[in-house]
Amino acid sequence: MSTIEQETETEETTDESAEPTVESPGERRRAEKQERAQAREDQRVDEEIDHSEETITLKVFRYDPEVEGKEEPRFDDFTVPFHKGMTVLDALIYSRDHYDSSLTFRHSCRQAVCGSDALFINGRQRLACKTQIADLDAGTIRIEPLPHQEVVKDLVVDMEHFYDQMEAVEPYFDADELPDDELEEQRQDRENREKIKMSTRCIWCGACMSSCNIAAGDNEYLGPAAINKAYRFAMDEREGEQRKQERLRIIEQEHGVWRCQTQFSCTEVCPKDIPLTEHIQELKREAVKNNLKFW
Amino acid sequence: MHEHDVIVVGAGGAGLRAAIAADEEGADVALVTKLHPVRSHTGAAEGGINAALREGDDWELHAYDTMKGSDYLGDAPAIDTFAQDAPEEVVQIEHWGMPFSREDDGRVSQRPFGGMSFPRTTYAGAETGHHLLHTMYEQVVKRGIEVYDEWYVTNLAVTDHDDPEERHCHGAVAYEIATGNVEGFWARDGVILATGGLGQAFDHTTNAVANTGDGCAMAYRAGVPMEDMEMIQFHPTTLPSTGVLISEGVRGEGGILYNDEEERFMFEHGYANNDGELASRDVVSRAELTEVNAGRGIEDEYVDLDMRHLGEERILDRLENILHLAEDFEGVDGLDEPMPVKPGQHYAMGGIETDENGETCISGLYAAGETACVSLHGANRLGGNALPELLVFGARAGHHAAGKDMKTAEIQTGRSAKSEDGDVEPPVEPGAIEAGSSDGDVAADGGERSSSDRRSDAAMVEPKETLEHTVRQERERIESLLEADGINHAEVRSNVQETMTENVNVFRKEESLNDALRDLRRARERYEDVAVADPSRTYNTDLIHTIETRNILDVAEAITLGALAREEFRGAHWRAEFQERRDEEWIKHTMLAWDDGTPELYYKPVLLESQWKEYEPKERSY
Repeated sequence: MSTIEQETETEETTDESAEPTVESPGERRRAEKQERAQAREDQRVDEEIDHSEETITLKVFRYDPEVEGKEEPRFDDFTVPFHKGMTVLDALIYSRDHYDSSLTFRHSCRQAVCGSDALFINGRQRLACKTQIADLDAGTIRIEPLPHQEVVKDLVVDMEHFYDQMEAVEPYFDADELPDDELEEQRQDRENREKIKMSTRCIWCGACMSSCNIAAGDNEYLGPAAINKAYRFAMDEREGEQRKQERLRIIEQEHGVWRCQTQFSCTEVCPKDIPLTEHIQELKREAVKNNLKFW
Repeated sequence: MHEHDVIVVGAGGAGLRAAIAADEEGADVALVTKLHPVRSHTGAAEGGINAALREGDDWELHAYDTMKGSDYLGDAPAIDTFAQDAPEEVVQIEHWGMPFSREDDGRVSQRPFGGMSFPRTTYAGAETGHHLLHTMYEQVVKRGIEVYDEWYVTNLAVTDHDDPEERHCHGAVAYEIATGNVEGFWARDGVILATGGLGQAFDHTTNAVANTGDGCAMAYRAGVPMEDMEMIQFHPTTLPSTGVLISEGVRGEGGILYNDEEERFMFEHGYANNDGELASRDVVSRAELTEVNAGRGIEDEYVDLDMRHLGEERILDRLENILHLAEDFEGVDGLDEPMPVKPGQHYAMGGIETDENGETCISGLYAAGETACVSLHGANRLGGNALPELLVFGARAGHHAAGKDMKTAEIQTGRSAKSEDGDVEPPVEPGAIEAGSSDGDVAADGGERSSSDRRSDAAMVEPKETLEHTVRQERERIESLLEADGINHAEVRSNVQETMTENVNVFRKEESLNDALRDLRRARERYEDVAVADPSRTYNTDLIHTIETRNILDVAEAITLGALAREEFRGAHWRAEFQERRDEEWIKHTMLAWDDGTPELYYKPVLLESQWKEYEPKERSY
């Protein structure tokens, strides 16, 4: 019931105690082992589902470049008992722990702060942990890896490009000067702290980058998250004017802020409600002001 | 094989601070983490960072509050070192750009927190940990410190000497999650464990899924004693479905707890007639469970936390993130209805025994942050003390490992610090299952060398040889988990979590603790039959979780043994049979050493005196 069982179609039930045949290498042994695990899990699932009143169905993207039957992407269905307050992440964990332990996805904090589980859920970038199933208003939930990123396996995408873009904006505080006394803090007024507040909430989940058409077409585009990171420092008055100039030069480059066409898709999907498009626009204005100054 | 001067395992707050410190000393340092640094659970900390920064405050007051909060189970040299170093560390992260909340004059804001005699808690909104984590990771990027992200450290390369105090740690072995490669990491100067919490030993916890006590379990099996493992903090307000934390701030602003009969039970049933909902975490947690056990819980499970009377404006101004949490994770609108809450595992006060410099009894092996027990928090951690701890002791461990000349530690480590043998009679044999066959079951044994192996391989003392041996062993363990046919680890893990939450929770009875030990023994036996169903080398999380489950087993058992041994009520540890603090007998640390698979319990004295101060135990009342 849980997965499309391509392997079991050719070979019916397997004896639990059967020894692996000598002719087959490890591959075959593993395949058989998987089948047996599958049979046991299916039985357990049947028992559990019978007692549950309401269920939902997940349609989950599956892919593994080195496992037979998974080299070609496919979708597997998982039927999961529903309870109030259940999130998409809860349902994925349930599916993995009860049906198929090879179902692979990143997750850790379960509270929308680690940024591990941005996924493409019913056609939109969302954090699985922060998405209430009841809010999706759909009997079947389609779960795919983030679009426009290379899939490593199942729902796991390669984040390296995202991290590279973040690092490209020199994403670290670097004040022109610091107080002499090592026990004296820098001053920052409340308005300035408030100005950078939303930009500091970024959890590096990659939802914005994945939603961005420009990033999809231009691999060198810094992307909303990295530009927001640059904003966070460029607007922080503790750093000083000289550093701000350097920062504006970075985001002004060919694949920087000017690429943004203000489609607002990043802003719409951001799970931390960061006004990304506004931040990009503001940096454009800053850059223009800056260039006029040196004219 | 990778080579560095210092290897830091884990890249949350403690690991990042340690790596920066080692870099400051000129060491070639690398971070090895099973996540990416910004995914670490330090990011979930809400409250703040305590430090005596202002006129009228003083490190000695912070130290005094911390010792009192620890219920006199903290060690004075650790507490005094902590309180003295904290201000410098807080200003340091401000200089690194931490976006602290600010006063009108532009200085860092500080607010009052439970158990603090001065408003010394610095903060950045209700997302202090998130900002701390990102600020430090930014500095790691700036310094170009090498990060091996999504590499899971599965074992330590420790020499084979019979006496753990003669052993030396030369590195670690890690599994690259993306590819399945197993590689050695040679640490020329030291390995620092900064792996965070162990909340996954319980089924209701505020901790991340990744908090599986890896560092504790690895150090324990390598011969480092675990200290005060029974001291687990339960937070009184967590959401029932997920364990997501609802900050103390709600009660601080005036939130009220009600039972099923709509009674304000903290007062009406006399749990805390002065402080009510704002009594310390252990008191409120016990009150809530008492209500539930007396049949006055809602749906026999939780109580209600109501903040509606504060009004929409005030809630939106000060507690906005709480509304999001309740809505996103419980489907409840806090403006419209009370929020369901119950106690959840939150923090481990105990852990890997270290001294003030982060060093364990095995030379070259360090620990810092929640995984460590320098004995700062003793029997109870005060809110706002965890983040400065990871800064102070992360930095000290990093500096020391990189060879900085530091004062000799006052705290003694290892079995030579033993003052007394332990007496605990578990109903079943704890520790590793004896390997059934002659070749030993390396997989089920968590990579620990069997005693026969140890004897036959007594020459294993050279650094490279030690590391290469450990790499071979880990490859063998992983192969056998992948090749074997058996049960899914998730069943074993949930058995452990269920019995821990049922029996080693806020209330602890001898009978229940014994039940837990029996369940844990059965879980260990079942773990002998686990196997990884996913055959892939690519991003095999089934394998990672299976290895973690072994670590969870070891730490869960250590927690339970400590709880059974400590026959008193101190801080977070409450025993039905012994409902008072027993200073004459119990101002001592419970220590557990893993001696070739058999846990040995012993005690060492609490140090109530440091080179700076002496403390007199007093009643902990607020």
